[in-house]
Amino acid sequence: MEKPSLGRGQPTASGHAASLQFPGCPGSRDFPDAPYRIPPKVAPATACGRAHRRFCELLPQEHRSVEESLQIRVSLEQILSLPELKANPFKERICRVFSTSPTRDSLSFEDFLDLLSVFSDTATPDIKSHYAFRIFDFDDDGTLNRDDLSQLVNCLTGEGEDTRLSASEMKQLIDNILEESDIDRDGTINLSEFQHVISRSPDFASSFKIVL
Amino acid sequence: MSRQLQGLGEEAGGGVRGRARSGSPGTGDRSGRRPSRKQAPKAQGAPGKRGAPPGRKERAGGSPRPGSPRSKQAERRRPREELRKPERSTAERTSEGRRKRDGRASFKEQRAPPKKEKEMPRKEEMWKPLKKHRSSSLASSTSVGESLSEEELAQILEQVEDKKKLIATMRNKPWPMAKKLTELREAQEFVEKYEGALGKGKGKRLYACKMLMAKKWVKFKRDFHNFKTQCIPWEMKIKDIESHFGSSVASYFIFLRWMYGVNLVLFGLIFGLIIIPEVLMGTPYGSIPRKTVPRAEEEKAMDFSVLWDFEGYIKYSPLFYGYYNNQRTIGWLRYRLPMAYFMVGVSVFGYSLMIVIRSMASNTQGSTSEGESDNFTFSFKMFTSWDYLIGNSETADNKYASITTSFKESIVDEQESNKEENIHLTRFLRVLANFLIICCLCGSGYLIYFVVKRSQEFSKRQNVSWYERNEVEIVMSLLGMFCPPLFETIAALENYHPRIGLKWQLGRIFALFLGNLYTFLLALMDDVHLKLSNEETIKNLTHWTLFNYYNSSGWNESVPRPPLHPADVPRGLCWETAVGIEFMRLTVSDMLVTYITILVGDFLRACFVRFMNYCWCWDLEAGFPSYAEFDISGNVLGLIFNQGMIWMGSFYAPGLVGINVLRLLTSMYFQCWAVMSSNVPHERVFKASRSNNFYMGLLLLVLFLSLLPVAYTIMSLPPSFDCGPFSGKNRMYDVIQETIENDFPTFLGKIFAFLANPGLIIPAILLMSLAIYYLNSVSKSLSRANAQLRKKIQALRELEKNHKSVKGRATARGSEDTAKGSPQNATQLQLTKEGATPHSASQSQTLDKKTQGAGTSSSASETMLPASQHLPVSRPPDVRPDSGRGRPHTHPWKSASGKSAGRPPH
Repeated sequence: MEKPSLGRGQPTASGHAASLQFPGCPGSRDFPDAPYRIPPKVAPATACGRAHRRFCELLPQEHRSVEESLQIRVSLEQILSLPELKANPFKERICRVFSTSPTRDSLSFEDFLDLLSVFSDTATPDIKSHYAFRIFDFDDDGTLNRDDLSQLVNCLTGEGEDTRLSASEMKQLIDNILEESDIDRDGTINLSEFQHVISRSPDFASSFKIVL
Repeated sequence: MSRQLQGLGEEAGGGVRGRARSGSPGTGDRSGRRPSRKQAPKAQGAPGKRGAPPGRKERAGGSPRPGSPRSKQAERRRPREELRKPERSTAERTSEGRRKRDGRASFKEQRAPPKKEKEMPRKEEMWKPLKKHRSSSLASSTSVGESLSEEELAQILEQVEDKKKLIATMRNKPWPMAKKLTELREAQEFVEKYEGALGKGKGKRLYACKMLMAKKWVKFKRDFHNFKTQCIPWEMKIKDIESHFGSSVASYFIFLRWMYGVNLVLFGLIFGLIIIPEVLMGTPYGSIPRKTVPRAEEEKAMDFSVLWDFEGYIKYSPLFYGYYNNQRTIGWLRYRLPMAYFMVGVSVFGYSLMIVIRSMASNTQGSTSEGESDNFTFSFKMFTSWDYLIGNSETADNKYASITTSFKESIVDEQESNKEENIHLTRFLRVLANFLIICCLCGSGYLIYFVVKRSQEFSKRQNVSWYERNEVEIVMSLLGMFCPPLFETIAALENYHPRIGLKWQLGRIFALFLGNLYTFLLALMDDVHLKLSNEETIKNLTHWTLFNYYNSSGWNESVPRPPLHPADVPRGLCWETAVGIEFMRLTVSDMLVTYITILVGDFLRACFVRFMNYCWCWDLEAGFPSYAEFDISGNVLGLIFNQGMIWMGSFYAPGLVGINVLRLLTSMYFQCWAVMSSNVPHERVFKASRSNNFYMGLLLLVLFLSLLPVAYTIMSLPPSFDCGPFSGKNRMYDVIQETIENDFPTFLGKIFAFLANPGLIIPAILLMSLAIYYLNSVSKSLSRANAQLRKKIQALRELEKNHKSVKGRATARGSEDTAKGSPQNATQLQLTKEGATPHSASQSQTLDKKTQGAGTSSSASETMLPASQHLPVSRPPDVRPDSGRGRPHTHPWKSASGKSAGRPPH
């Protein structure tokens, strides 16, 4: 597959996509003719550059050139070691949702950008709630069933034994949640029901974000 | 990749075109061309049945394909064709373009299978019905009306619009980045090609130019946006804090930053329009009595202890009201300083009111439905309680604990909402607590009143100690420091839910601050009245001195006496400056007390806990002193009251805003540092949510309360006779009347006089209050209607739920019956069913799919096709089940790849 090689700043670059350099990234000087094109408004240029820098830091020293960093995949463990994700109980789910590799255990730079753009300030509430749903859907079956919900509760209450809910409390809680948000009474929460609930939450969009 | 693929797509389109032309050698022969179009699909359908063969792909990939050169090439090719066939109509050309497009569309379908194997198989499939629908609708229209060029043009235009919309809404699509990229490029290329093609001749060039400019403009806008975000001050600092302490602590800093911005604007107004003109163009220091330090104070005027109290040279500087002259115009610009002074004083309040109300309004717009939030308490706790910004494991642990507690609390609440243990004791304790707190409030109010009175006594004496001079400020700051913890201790008696407790606490601190401020103001007002009553005697004294000086005998009559030195002229007390100085001192002492509290209460405590922990009997970090938490409510209230003092004092001390800007700037850095170095995250982490508006409401209240005394003094107290821009006038607002009389034409003055007539103002006020009443009642009725509608929806939903379970079973049985009835229906049903049932992991697009599958009948008949495709090929064309739609078969593999690739035929 041939890479679209366009000179820097050529006006013939088709579409509104801007060719973009990463100024802060080590090695970008060595490849002046290998710009990376991102769709506009997915992330502002500087933010993208910062993201790429952070991504490069996860890579081993020899793979840090622009060319390679765009191809290579970073394993789950390395992504999880990011300080921004370290304390997050959903970190593994987040990585799995955004990973495009067949085994769902590594992130390419594009996936990483995806992750950041969804968790950025500029992402719409719809996008955020969509991905939140996928993060909470632990078994990837398209609905939140009781198992998903109990797993979610366990994530939220942490690892410690003292903070865990008892079985009866868990059942009560899940019953209440289904009572509230399961509109079609099929025992699970689907995406539209989830978004219905989330859209009414005053502070979901402000807390569902990660800042590099 | 998409580029090569598109190149191939076009080649395929060109192939179709070439064949079509060869099939109909007679140019413009419509009847001849029609069969040729049926040949084309057969020619292409063979290789294309199951994705493009690799050979083709390579060939296409080999062809160089830079962005616009290719489209230029296409443009160049077109004239050549036109030369060959000059009689070809525009209609034909557009239909050709359309066919070319068809080729592309079909290619898109063709491209799907290889990609499908690669990544996100379900998603790809999801979007197929949409594409299919799009191209088929286009295709059907071709066969019906080939001659209708306008229609086709419109259709292409429509598609271009579609693509444009896709580009615009790309951000809102939950696709992975790779898919976004390819889709975006495709859409852009399409738009570029066909939008350009729609224009002719010169229009095309103009269009290209326009597109280029638009592109540049978009890029510029993006760069500018980036620049703007980079210019936001302290963004990284605040984000840092946000990630350590959660959004609630960060909300204080955002509020502080906002306050800083507001104060900068006020500072610009006051400095630009009052202080700088006065310094540049006004009479210099020492020229008139009000700008000169009196003889008695002269030798001490530069001492630091005097300056620290804002006496001496600072008192006679443009920082205070008294310095300004009552000259109507100053300098060569004929700048009307008294008028400007008054208008700036008014506009400071006007701007603050406007900005506070505007930000409140924008905050409320964000929250759509407050009333519905109680419907989803559990779901909100479940789905939105995690703060994804938390990057600190300690904070995360606290968050876990608080979430668990809130879960347990709400479960307990749900289980036994009405259980109360010993209600009488609770009531008694609450009454007791409120009684104690009211006692505290009264005590603090009396203390301040007493202290201010005493300070007036002190001010009459000659040598007073440092403590006696600053007693008021010290007492007020101490009260502000020690009362809130006292309240908190008392509030422990009440046993409220912490959230309600926090509100009570905020209300009590607010009452304390407000009471203190107003007691201070009342005492100050007493002082002002005292000074005003003394003014008459001082005025006489001044006149008498001057009279004596000029008329005394003993001086040579022939030589005119030099004017009396301004420092020797006796002068009034200038209550305005005195008020300004009080506010200035209060602000500075408040600032110092805040900083010292942070330094001692947070930093030294943290140091002590950190380092003494090694040699102490118990665990200091976990035990008694531990580290301090960041006190959000106290800090926000402190900030709000400080701003209230600024608003009150800025009219009498224009320099106050400058000091406040400095204060906010330093406290930004200082508090950021203190929070990061010596505070720990809250034990019960709560989110900022919309409490911002609560703070804004407090700010508005304080703004209003600080507007009152200023308005009162402006409207009802006479200004001092020998200091300030309004001296010599009966009231301060007379300056407006004076300006209208002297500087405006007479008819304007008449209009103003007419407008100021009470006969007009009272009806106007009446009208406004009526309007408020009307709007209020309208909003009330609307909200009532809203509530009723909500109730109705809820009732309907309940009904639906009950019906659904019954109906669902019935329809299932019914559909089975119809399935037996006709085979065609069976296919359809089966297909729609498939469309409706979510694929194993296609959670992302379930909804879209549902609408695609069930919503449009055309797509349903489309999906029927694959079943018929697997019938023997020898079948005559007229018996095809889809003959009614006149489906063009330029790309039969499309549907084949659509459904049957994923699902074996039956």
